[in-house]
Amino acid sequence: MRFDDAASRREWFERRLAPLMDRLYGTALRLTRHPADAEDVVAEAVIKAWSQLGRLHDPERFEGWLFHILTNTFISEWRRRRSRPHAGNADTLEPVELDSASFTLFQQLHQPFLLWWGSLEDQFFNGLLQEDLEQALDALPDAYRVTIVLVEVQGYTYEEVASLLGIPVGTVRSRLSRARSRLQKMLWVQAREAGVVLGGKEGGAQE
Amino acid sequence: MNPRALSCEEVIERLFDYLDRELDSQEAADIEWHLQRCRDCFTRAEFERRLRARVAATGTAKAPPRLHRRISALLDGFDESDTATDS
Ligand SMILES: [Zn+2]
Repeated sequence: MRFDDAASRREWFERRLAPLMDRLYGTALRLTRHPADAEDVVAEAVIKAWSQLGRLHDPERFEGWLFHILTNTFISEWRRRRSRPHAGNADTLEPVELDSASFTLFQQLHQPFLLWWGSLEDQFFNGLLQEDLEQALDALPDAYRVTIVLVEVQGYTYEEVASLLGIPVGTVRSRLSRARSRLQKMLWVQAREAGVVLGGKEGGAQE
Repeated sequence: MNPRALSCEEVIERLFDYLDRELDSQEAADIEWHLQRCRDCFTRAEFERRLRARVAATGTAKAPPRLHRRISALLDGFDESDTATDS
């Protein structure tokens, strides 16, 4: 991008940045899990974008370009942290690939007949709080969480995720299905503990 | 092109590939054709779609005022340190 002067450059940049701030911050928060880290990632990404603005040739691509910078900023910081000798959280590297990818919430909730108050699926969604969902996502091992965020929140293709993370597409796929299975299992446990889902197939109706 | 008839099992197996838009247009059309005709698979697809939308919505969070302020200050710093002619 070329600008007549510094003021018009700044104005152009801030006008495009402003409507993206809540998504940049929200995405960074899902990736890092911590508000302070999320703020650091956003600030660093914005400054990188600002100083590399000359390399953005198509202004229509600003949003995707900025999110790409954000994602890469997070990934390099993540790599740097986990390569520290006393990082202490082994699961950030490779999750133990033991858990199966077979749990589905739908199978727990779905009843072939309608209950008088509606379906269990509706009951589940109505009771599902944003903070429950965030908590369940945050509880996933790093590699799972990052993969599911890149795909479901950011909308990257498996191919793009593979290249961002430097892993094979097959690994993206398997992490994703394990991540989903774990997430759904956690949501199921949460919903039952909160009493949001009464009944369900695991004996709830008979309790 | 006529849609290829898929079994429920095949549809469920590829459901996430479909929701993640990883299928080519023919494969996606095959899934859609099945979903329009099979209540069970449609219900499952709707459930996963709803959950996926809720996950996607967690990617938006109110950026704190201090972050806005920090970014403005950083940009101010840049304006002063270089004349912002990109090259
Ligand atoms: Zn079916």
